[in-house]
Amino acid sequence: MSEERTDHQELSPTQNHDGADVVLRAVGISKTYGVTRALKGVNFEVRAGEVTVLFGENGAGKSTLMKILSGVETPTAGHLELDGEQVTLASTSAAVDRGISIIHQELNLNPNLKVRDNIFLGREKNSWRGIDYAEQSRITAEVMERLEEPISPDTYVQDLRVGQQQIIEIARALSTDARILIMDEPTSALSTAEVTVLFKIIRELKRQGVAIVYISHHLEEAIEIADRAVVFRDGELVAAEDAADIDLLWVVRTMVGRDADYDFREEPREHGGVALSIRDVSVADPISGKFPVDHVSLDVHQGEIVCLYGLMGAGRTELMEALAGRDQLAGGQVLLGEKDLRGTGVARRIELGVGLVPEDRQRDGLIQMQSVGKNLSLASLSSWVGGGLLRRGAETRAVSGQISGIGVKTAGPEAPISSLSGGNAQKVVIGKMLLTDPTVLLLDEPTRGVDVGAKGEIFSLLFQQAQKGLAVLFATSDVGEALTASHRIVVMSRGRTVRSFDPRTATREEVMAAAEDSTGASPGAPEALSTTGSTNGAQG
Amino acid sequence: MSTTATAASEEKSPRFRINIGAILMEGRALVALLLIIVIFASMNDNYLAAGNLATIAKDVAFNAIIALGMLLVILKGGIDLSVGSTVGLTGAVAGNLFAGVSLPLTDAVMYPSLWVIVVIAVAVGMLVGWINGLLISRLNLAPFIVTLGMLYVGRGLTQVLLGGTNITNELRGEPGLNNEGLFSIFASYPLGVPISAWVMIALAVIFSLLLTRTPFGRWLYATGSNERAAELSGVPVRRVKTRVYVFTGMCAGIVGILQIANIRSATADLGNLYELNAIAAVVIGGAALSGGRGTVRGTIIGAFVIGFLTNGLVIVGVSPFWQTVITGAVIILAVATDQIQQIVQRRRAHARAVAQAQKDSARRGSLESKETS
Repeated sequence: MSEERTDHQELSPTQNHDGADVVLRAVGISKTYGVTRALKGVNFEVRAGEVTVLFGENGAGKSTLMKILSGVETPTAGHLELDGEQVTLASTSAAVDRGISIIHQELNLNPNLKVRDNIFLGREKNSWRGIDYAEQSRITAEVMERLEEPISPDTYVQDLRVGQQQIIEIARALSTDARILIMDEPTSALSTAEVTVLFKIIRELKRQGVAIVYISHHLEEAIEIADRAVVFRDGELVAAEDAADIDLLWVVRTMVGRDADYDFREEPREHGGVALSIRDVSVADPISGKFPVDHVSLDVHQGEIVCLYGLMGAGRTELMEALAGRDQLAGGQVLLGEKDLRGTGVARRIELGVGLVPEDRQRDGLIQMQSVGKNLSLASLSSWVGGGLLRRGAETRAVSGQISGIGVKTAGPEAPISSLSGGNAQKVVIGKMLLTDPTVLLLDEPTRGVDVGAKGEIFSLLFQQAQKGLAVLFATSDVGEALTASHRIVVMSRGRTVRSFDPRTATREEVMAAAEDSTGASPGAPEALSTTGSTNGAQG
Repeated sequence: MSTTATAASEEKSPRFRINIGAILMEGRALVALLLIIVIFASMNDNYLAAGNLATIAKDVAFNAIIALGMLLVILKGGIDLSVGSTVGLTGAVAGNLFAGVSLPLTDAVMYPSLWVIVVIAVAVGMLVGWINGLLISRLNLAPFIVTLGMLYVGRGLTQVLLGGTNITNELRGEPGLNNEGLFSIFASYPLGVPISAWVMIALAVIFSLLLTRTPFGRWLYATGSNERAAELSGVPVRRVKTRVYVFTGMCAGIVGILQIANIRSATADLGNLYELNAIAAVVIGGAALSGGRGTVRGTIIGAFVIGFLTNGLVIVGVSPFWQTVITGAVIILAVATDQIQQIVQRRRAHARAVAQAQKDSARRGSLESKETS
């Protein structure tokens, strides 16, 4: 196995070691959003008849590169070459015209239209009598045959399963004569059987000479389908290898890079009584009728940092939002200390001492139009009211104290929140919740889109708070931070907690294997977890 | 002495210049207002005469009071089309109360006193707003549709209450009934300024405090900018959403009273199209219809722009048809400059990013060439 490469010269696109046709090449691509540098001079190539899999943590730059390749974004620097010819992709339709199609993680279909109308939406086949439905049906049937999927062109998309809808997306891309197909997390919503079908289709497309770029958090699945593996970290392409030469361990090691420069395993730990008790909790998805969280039990103690580790779709976010009071429970009970939280909403729970730092910082965490200071104070305004008006002196003191206390790098409380880097913006969201003086802090993917340096600072902040007695429950899909930044790891898979580990003794492989386990039939049954003390070791 | 002064001014001058550009752009509504005043004053001497200014002040005040309520709704990202007919409805309710309420099952007729009438009229406005707010925040209905429906309901009820006639003489009240004083109070000119302008000033101060100095104000801006994030921060989003409509209803009720005192009659078309003038004032004042951005100061200036423009066009003798065209064009121009400013800002940010990236790659290039040599 090769060493991880960081030298750009070695990865230059002129090198083409096995002679397959390079159809698309990105040369020196950089992309900057405000102060965040999402991509830093990336060289990347896509070959006909091959599946190129992109690995990388959230915020590593994969999605940004895919947006550039598919014409959603234009690069700040660098250019694209298609068949050796320099091109500019000003829009997605320009990309489609040149044979590049992207299938997004969220399906972009209109459920109220038929399969054929979805496939031709926006580029209908016209004849003098209007839309030529017969021709559209014919082509749709042809593509379906090519995919070996017997879905009638006249079926309404709303009547299809998610896996079949995914196939319709692929069919739409193929009907535009896509030569390059980008798939962003195509399996996140699929069942195992549907993944098998998808992979069969991908292999068929490869045989037909289609170049496929594949992004997935499901590492083992991705390795199974890969011909080439490319790893991104912090906006740079750090390694590119033939899939035959790699394994899961290499991917994980390269993704995380040097082991994180923080390690809190040996921090002193003093845990008090149970701060948050999750008892047999289920959360229902009103649309699918499934249970993203299925009878979960778990106790978090004062001063304890519990990591909820799991892959995408394991139910972590659903559990977090239910604990924060945003969603109703389908069953079970949540106790804050002695108090049953039944019937309380988000605002009341913040008052009682449970706050959530949400997964999607831009969408759920920040008020983009307001300043750093106003973002920080938003959740605790009521505590500075005197005579009906805000006591601005008190507010400013608290906000300024928090900015220096948690180390937000900013020009000051009046600076716009959009001027902050990902890590500092995340500190603001955390700082906002800490200002409410919580007893339990919930964090969903707290280091998503945060650069490596700031990750350590964020965890260091959490450990400081934990020593003062704060109970922390954080969800992550990063096994590295699960192992280095928690007192206890609870693995979640398909809506259930399957095993619990002590990070001081657990190995990366054990933890990942537990999360991949789809049966959920693991030694550490959910019942056992609730009684897991704070200091005992790995189970099972 | 003189040398140090020059040095200081030289040091400051570039920053000062940038500030002027920014101020012109930021305060473009104010610039537009001054331009309008200068242009019309040079065309007609009567424009700035005291009598005409009082007329303008009254018209501006009616629109500005409604616009203050509208500002809150727009900050939330909503819209209230029903305020105009709520003005009419509260006027009609007040008119009927002046005319006396026949108590059922008796021959008695009740004549509420002046201040009871005022309170009831404003309360009716707030009730209409509260219904709007509940429908929007609890049932998640679109504000446009709900308030459009309420526009019809309000106007219809106004016509029902007035029964095809205007209430005029009864508004004067009678000495024995304790309901006199509508005109002498609500159409008065304390210190030579129309009372409606004083009410506008008072409400502007109150709303300004409400927006900048209370949790409710912060919650409102946060909800309008990012409702999901606000909710997860513990903001009582639904309460905020309901309350803004109560405020617009209250403003409409206040204007209803002021208007019937001003025109000395409760008519069925009172307040017609007020909602559109109010929206225009808010938008000219720099608020974003998508929510989260806007100020009391801007809204008041916006109301003045419309007031001075409309009055000026009349005074210089522009035909009424063209007046409407010009007013519309000014509104579009105001919103267009706002958008253009944002596009320019975004382009500049992108250009800066490109320049930075080029600098970085140049630096990297020179490093690499050093290594190879």
